[in-house]
Amino acid sequence: MKKIGVLALQGAFVEHIALLHHLKVEAVPVRLPQELRGLDGLIIPGRESTTIGNLMKEYDLIALMRELALDGFPIMSTCAGMVLLAKNVSGINSETLGAMDIGVKRNAFGRQVDSFETDLDIPAIGEPHFHAVFIRAPHIERSGDGVEVLARLPNGVGVAARQGKMVVLAFHPELTSDLRLHAYFMSIVRSER
Amino acid sequence: MDKGTWTVKTGLAQMLKGGVIMDVVTPEHAKIAEEAGACAVMALERVPADIRAAGGVARMADPNVILAIMETVSIPVMAKCRIGHFVEAQVLEAIGVDFIDESEVLTPADETHHIWKHDFKAPFVCGCRDLGEALRRIGEGAAMIRTKGEAGTGNIVEAVRHMRAVMDELRKIGSMTTDELVAEAKELGAPLELVLDIHKTGRLPVVNFAAGGVATPADAALMLQLGAEGVFVGSGIFKSSDPEAIARAIVKTTTHYRDPEVIAEVSKGLGAAMPGLDIKTIPTDELLAPRGW
Repeated sequence: MKKIGVLALQGAFVEHIALLHHLKVEAVPVRLPQELRGLDGLIIPGRESTTIGNLMKEYDLIALMRELALDGFPIMSTCAGMVLLAKNVSGINSETLGAMDIGVKRNAFGRQVDSFETDLDIPAIGEPHFHAVFIRAPHIERSGDGVEVLARLPNGVGVAARQGKMVVLAFHPELTSDLRLHAYFMSIVRSER
Repeated sequence: MDKGTWTVKTGLAQMLKGGVIMDVVTPEHAKIAEEAGACAVMALERVPADIRAAGGVARMADPNVILAIMETVSIPVMAKCRIGHFVEAQVLEAIGVDFIDESEVLTPADETHHIWKHDFKAPFVCGCRDLGEALRRIGEGAAMIRTKGEAGTGNIVEAVRHMRAVMDELRKIGSMTTDELVAEAKELGAPLELVLDIHKTGRLPVVNFAAGGVATPADAALMLQLGAEGVFVGSGIFKSSDPEAIARAIVKTTTHYRDPEVIAEVSKGLGAAMPGLDIKTIPTDELLAPRGW
């Protein structure tokens, strides 16, 4: 059985764990560096990216996670997690992992009153459209050659992408009961390459 | 694209879980809070201990104070309006505040009615002393709840009382039979559909933090072990002798609240916590928690 760690410093980690349990996947919270050992995949949940970046540094997680990310380890990250994986981020002063060749803009849609929900076409998971909840969300400004943009808003802005075994989402699948993106990530975890 | 929906409002509260929301009165405070790992800040003109000392009528902060803090940090910024003062709430929403606290720490503007919070795009957090009060606020549209405690005292006793009351009542509803729920809703003065929902899920439909009296890392962990999903720290940080150290320590404790070794480690050498007040020495008419209903 595959074992997935969910970074549990702050934010909606319980919801990610619950969705993975629905998929009959073993899921455990990760708070300490040693808890990163023995995992088959990692989820970095949504949160304020400034806070989570500072905390990862404070708790000695950042070096180990960068090692995993650069080594092609399966990682799915949502919202702030997308910011953390990105190579370039506009408007951030805290450290990121820089593992995915994308440029990301934080709080790209404005403040909380501009947070929104909408139905997204995500060809990788098929029909029907995925109901996506965006909360103080980032978006993708630039994507490199090895990056596949998985979903765009009607104005063309990228909000989900994949590179190797890394998946980033600007929105929060853990706030819905739709399991398809977690199932998609698990298919990546299980795939040979 | 739908903005200001219930999912989006309660969703932001979900993102704050396991975090510490710190009261700040200047952009410098806000920066310290952000760097210490706060998940949000509460922008104020005065912290509750100073509001308590000053007396008189406490109102919404000057928008300039809040805007200066919003420009300084990238984490969500909350601000307080008076209970029932929906125009202060409109002002806070207009300047782009991320979360509005309809707060008993300020002098109530309406002793009968709370704000109808469903009318707003910005999410609201409200205080409660028991489950009935929490559910009335959620019924009015609060997307997040916090137990009131007694703000500005550095004394955790009221926060514990209120959190225990909420958790006890949640457990009680969970163990009731369906036919007992209508009478229970009447008893609590709470909307029946919310009581039915709790019976099914065993939990509040929104995130619940603790507030009012958190002064040390151990206080924060106590509230989390009692069932809080995060803490508000008001005067406890910037009224202590080493705000930066205590802010970091409370953040770390809130993540590792079940790990006494971590709590012990971060509690070492923090300097003087904020001065505390015995609740019994406060005249009844100066207590903040009984404001609102």
